[in-house]
Amino acid sequence: MSDKSNKTIDIVHAGLARRHRKERWFRRMGVAALSVGILFLLFLFVTIFGNGWSAFQHAQVRLQIELSTSVLGSPETTSNDELRRADYGRLIRDALLDYFPEVDSRRERRAVSGLVSSGAVYQLRDMVVSRPQLIGEVIDVWLVADDEVDMLVKGYIDRTLDESERRISNEELGWIDKLVADGRLDLRLNRTFLVSGDSRDPEMAGILGAATGSLLALVVTMVLAFPIGVAAAVYLEEFAPRSRLTDLIEVNINNLAAVPSIVFGLLGLAVLINFVGMPRSAPVVGGVVLALMTLPTIIIASRASLQSVPPSIREAALGMGASRTQAVTHHVLPLAMPGVLTGAILGMARALGETAPLLMIGMVAFVVDIPGGFSDPSTALPVQIFLWADSPERAFVEKTSAAIMVLLVFLLLMNLLAVYLRRKFERRW
Amino acid sequence: MAGTVHDMMDESSAATEAVPDERPGVMAVEEEKGFQTVGQVEVESPRISVRNCNVWYADKQAIFDVSLDIAANEVIAMIGPSGCGKSTFLRCLNRMNDTIEICRVSGQILLDGEDIQGKDVDVVPLRARVGMVFQKPNPFPKSIYDNVAYGPKIHGLCRNKTELDEMVHQSLVKAGLWEEVKDRLDQPGTGLSGGQQQRLCIARAIAVDPEVILMDEPCSALDPIATARIEDLIDELRHKYTICIVTHSMQQAARVSQRTAYFHLGRLIEVDQTDQIFTNPAHKLTEDYITGRFG
Repeated sequence: MSDKSNKTIDIVHAGLARRHRKERWFRRMGVAALSVGILFLLFLFVTIFGNGWSAFQHAQVRLQIELSTSVLGSPETTSNDELRRADYGRLIRDALLDYFPEVDSRRERRAVSGLVSSGAVYQLRDMVVSRPQLIGEVIDVWLVADDEVDMLVKGYIDRTLDESERRISNEELGWIDKLVADGRLDLRLNRTFLVSGDSRDPEMAGILGAATGSLLALVVTMVLAFPIGVAAAVYLEEFAPRSRLTDLIEVNINNLAAVPSIVFGLLGLAVLINFVGMPRSAPVVGGVVLALMTLPTIIIASRASLQSVPPSIREAALGMGASRTQAVTHHVLPLAMPGVLTGAILGMARALGETAPLLMIGMVAFVVDIPGGFSDPSTALPVQIFLWADSPERAFVEKTSAAIMVLLVFLLLMNLLAVYLRRKFERRW
Repeated sequence: MAGTVHDMMDESSAATEAVPDERPGVMAVEEEKGFQTVGQVEVESPRISVRNCNVWYADKQAIFDVSLDIAANEVIAMIGPSGCGKSTFLRCLNRMNDTIEICRVSGQILLDGEDIQGKDVDVVPLRARVGMVFQKPNPFPKSIYDNVAYGPKIHGLCRNKTELDEMVHQSLVKAGLWEEVKDRLDQPGTGLSGGQQQRLCIARAIAVDPEVILMDEPCSALDPIATARIEDLIDELRHKYTICIVTHSMQQAARVSQRTAYFHLGRLIEVDQTDQIFTNPAHKLTEDYITGRFG
């Protein structure tokens, strides 16, 4: 007897080294896989943040502008409308020419006024319209510089290149250096990027329009997909009899989750826009399309979560004389809620990053205004990234990365919300 | 209907007489066609009366032709080897088998003379009258108070908070749990010990004041001390409720029940006064089981 047991333990010992070796290998492979993942993520973040952070500052020129009554009229007699239509471009041009008295030829004068962004006119106009008492005074004001100036100040334009290969001429370089030396050209916080919509001029382009569009579309998606998805999951899981039909539905839901998103975009185009006649480029259409796309994800996650609720809870409730609906709403669904919410937010996060279906329903349009409602034309964050990445101007490169950063912040906020909701719902029991 | 019962009585008494001479063996039960339960199936003015109950899980028959009366204010124990159908039978009595999709039940089950099997019978009031305690303690993951208050709340038994408080208090007192939990009613029921959880489940069941309480191996997950407490509790509850208890412990059956039913392979082999079953079983299978020869 003891002879035999000795033998067994010998065999165990003989194989032990091999087993340990295998285990070490397995662990190392896990660590390696994780490291590769983290490395990729780091690379992604470093590139995006490296490219994008500079978009949150832009070059601005400080000019002494005389808000002359000859251009604007006297504050007592000019109406608001006249004040809006006044020639602010001339005021800025005059200020620049005052600063560079050596400039006289027509070509040079035009080049000098090109140092300041064409959007600076609106900046000045808004300032004067909101404070008409400034008229007649000389003010010192920071105005947005042209995107090429911005690029030069940020160091993206190589001064050592030959003039013909540079987008900024030697004389412009001289003017810029003079402005910098006088402390009249500097990088300042780019508020424009955060508070305005898209623009053809990179220095005037902002993310708020796209962010608002995404937010509006997501609200529609959430309002549609969450209740419908949860209701479908609850019915399939808790009420529907198992039959060929429910099996078929289940298979189809799983298939829908794998349908390419552009197909949902086509569906939205054909049904919602062409047949129903909903407005083009509108967040409401985008939201409906994204809801259709998110539904299978939410249903699958909710069903998995409902399945994981122990059957003893259902039995306990039914055994008390609760109706099926009561058992579900009082016990099963609250217990499944953390999982349901996680699934829903994962689905929403996917919807937030989805571009293809939005292209089909026209949310890829160039929209300057910030959408004020669900039917206003707008774009969405990922589409804005696509549009900017597609633009030729050098200054849009950093805008693209900055837009990605904004998208990532959105995703982070949504995930934090998911964590918060899970905690909150779990604490109740 | 009266005629049917009368016929059955005749048959069963005939079977009782026939059995002592040639008691069927284990194998014979499955083949035997006109099998008859041995012992005292009928009682006077039964609370529950089951006639020719058959249960199938899909194509597999789990219960064969079981007929049994359960008297008011008695504790009836159901014993038998695993898989003999005693839990399935118990679950027929408040139609918990409805929740299993592939399960099919036939036969007549009367509660206070009313059929509970019909399609138009609402299971909600039925389950309020026939409560259930499960094998594994399954309190809701809510506070102790909410666990007990759940039944009265969904059935609308209380008009206000004071009444509800009183009902929760009474139920916990009856379940012998009040002294242990009175200071922590707002804490989760899942934080109690196993025995306390099971008593909480009993309190939850009696909070809706049922007529019958079904207990499916209520002590199988508990230690001997907790088991003893539950058994004492069953003994007290008997005066107010009818109790059907499924158990694997023959000692428990002997301790708590007035009558005992022995199930074997889906058939009700023998049912009689508990002391009769344990001292002088009429059927060979019963004897084999209680003497520990199999099962």
